[in-house]
Amino acid sequence: MTSSAQAQTAPNYLQAGWTLRSWLCTTDHKRIAILYALSITAFFFIGGAAATLMRLELATPQGDLVSADSYNKLFTAHGVIMVWLFLIPSIPSVLGNFLLPLMIGARDLAFPRLNLLSWYLYVAGGLVTLAALVLGGVDTGWTFYTPYATMFSNSHVALTLVGVFITGFSSILTGLNFIVTTHLLRAPGMGWFKLPLFVWANYATSVILVLATPVLAITTLLVVAERLFQIGVFDPAHGGDPLLFQHLFWFYSHPAVYIMVLPAMGVASEIIPCFARRRIFGYRFMAYAILAIAGVGFLVWGHHMFVSGQSLTASLVFSLLSFIVAIPSAIKVFNWTATLYKGSIRFDAPMLYALGFVGLFTIGGLTGLFLASLALDVHLTDTYFVVSHFHYIMVGGSVMAYFGGLHFWWPKATGRMYPEMWARVAALIVFFGFNLTFFPQYVLGYQGMPRRYHAYPPEYQVLNVLSSAGASILAIGYLLPLGYFAWSLRRGKIAPRNPWGAAGLEWQAPSPPPPHNFDAPVQAPADVYAYRPPRSATAGEAP
Amino acid sequence: MNRPLRTDMAMAARPPSLEPSTQSQFGMWVFIGTEALFFGGLLLAYAWGRASHPEGFTAASRHTDIVLGTLNTAVLLCSSALAALAALHAREAAWPSCRRCLLAAAGLGVLFLCIKGAEYRQEWTEGLFPGPGFRLGDDHTPPVGSAMFFQFYFTATALHALHLMIGIGLMVWQALHPPPPDHPGQAVSRVEATTLYWHFVDMVWIVLYPLLYLGGRHP
Repeated sequence: MTSSAQAQTAPNYLQAGWTLRSWLCTTDHKRIAILYALSITAFFFIGGAAATLMRLELATPQGDLVSADSYNKLFTAHGVIMVWLFLIPSIPSVLGNFLLPLMIGARDLAFPRLNLLSWYLYVAGGLVTLAALVLGGVDTGWTFYTPYATMFSNSHVALTLVGVFITGFSSILTGLNFIVTTHLLRAPGMGWFKLPLFVWANYATSVILVLATPVLAITTLLVVAERLFQIGVFDPAHGGDPLLFQHLFWFYSHPAVYIMVLPAMGVASEIIPCFARRRIFGYRFMAYAILAIAGVGFLVWGHHMFVSGQSLTASLVFSLLSFIVAIPSAIKVFNWTATLYKGSIRFDAPMLYALGFVGLFTIGGLTGLFLASLALDVHLTDTYFVVSHFHYIMVGGSVMAYFGGLHFWWPKATGRMYPEMWARVAALIVFFGFNLTFFPQYVLGYQGMPRRYHAYPPEYQVLNVLSSAGASILAIGYLLPLGYFAWSLRRGKIAPRNPWGAAGLEWQAPSPPPPHNFDAPVQAPADVYAYRPPRSATAGEAP
Repeated sequence: MNRPLRTDMAMAARPPSLEPSTQSQFGMWVFIGTEALFFGGLLLAYAWGRASHPEGFTAASRHTDIVLGTLNTAVLLCSSALAALAALHAREAAWPSCRRCLLAAAGLGVLFLCIKGAEYRQEWTEGLFPGPGFRLGDDHTPPVGSAMFFQFYFTATALHALHLMIGIGLMVWQALHPPPPDHPGQAVSRVEATTLYWHFVDMVWIVLYPLLYLGGRHP
């Protein structure tokens, strides 16, 4: 029998084909995850370049580097690219795509070809959006508020919206794939409450993707139709209502915040137990909290519209509901903290990112409560306080977690260890640079500096210079991993099957996994968080 | 890794009790959920428009062609019945009858599109397309909201027609691809998922028909 030899020398998924075609026509979820990783990294740096120019402009009070019009286009490009082309696909499409089948013991997603189609739609949408930028850009902000976007803006609104529309279908199909996979392809013995929280988080995210994104799709179509025919629902001159756009837009875009942060919570819930050697605290509450955030998150969109003139009753209800979202979010923060209690904590790079995530998410979340308070929001609306708040959630939260996840699963995906010392330094630089960039913006916003202007009164300069200095440090922190990850692909130590002694099912697969993920029939672990007695001895400590 | 293993059987991670049909049908239901929210956004905007401008909407909706609209409703209902029969035949492994039903349903879909096209042409010549030359019959200054009604009319029916075209493509594709002899169950699941989609597109029309043709027509 040659099967034994076959199993021994079976190529891993990276060796399954070397041609460009073998990558571009692959249906292997792991390869598609790599395709996503490469493309979102490109967009991350394009969006980052726009942010760099903005921070350079804001280093001095005068508008001396770019014109007001260019500045408008820069922050729009930054927002559109970072939200739709980086953050939304980041953790689900890269880490989720790679890990979901591995974590539940499946060979692939339920619809592998649909998964590849999602990537192509993403790339097509990304290129259309990029084309709009190259042709002259958009100046509406990533929110495309009407009537400016429909009646007055002379920039490439329609083309950008077409790009967003196409990218949206990529999200929808990924969400659909994840939902069906999680329901139907779990390995025998892998019950719902045995799933890793990362799977729960991606499942909840998928539900949001599937139910919220289509509303954005129809809204973009209505805006495009209105721009083409100059008549319709959002135009007050013809009996339309621009506020209707805000309702429809935020019905998607507020849940989109949870699309970005729920997977990040999933990543933290995998890393923290592993590096504290403790079972996750309150597993069921963590799972319910994920579902609660996803559910209640659909009902809070009106808190973006407190100063829009909506009725006071509506504002009160939206304010109350926004406070309610804080409860499951706080449960998660408390449970991560409780997981650390009496743990044997190791501060490896993934853990540094995960701890950074918890702290920054907490700050971002608590300042969200300031903004959910009706009276205070009137003062803070459209100031840098808002900018800082959502960057703490999206960058301090989601991007930190994404980087943590990249480091944690890097050995699994590539079969190589990254250089630990460099990675720790990079994690600390990111944490420091991030806080220096965005904490001054809270103060600026509180003092009344409005967002989206390229010039400002001189008394705001000190804090702006601090913020710009922080941004340059942050940029170094983001560039470092690019270097040492690339280095590790050739020079890094060969990674063992389970370098962290983690308990999840994905660590039973070889590193990197073979095309069909496992080289032996899958045994669902009795406990995917088995880090402490009585089972810690058998949970697969570091080899 | 100690035991000799054949990679193909070793990967049987899928629970054996689940048939592939569950997968594609479940996937289609999730997709229908997405689509419901897609049209839902449009219907919300329509509801808002109708509530804000009842006169404009009422005046405008009298100008849709109720005869052709009703005829089209009947055509689609018949096509859905044929699609249901196709699924039934597929389950009974009666492939030739299944294929006939699929093609007949797709044919009715094409008929629907032809009637719709004729309707569009008539509306275009009557000046009902929203824009600078918009008018309701001889009324060149129609009440506020009537142009908005026709924007909804054209957006909703065009999106519906687009969905129907995709449906026709899927039905014809299924009809042209007989079930593989080794996996007859696969074809059943494909046909069932496709007809599910067909019924959904039909349902959308069932909602649009009263909103666009019947509402506001009473004397």
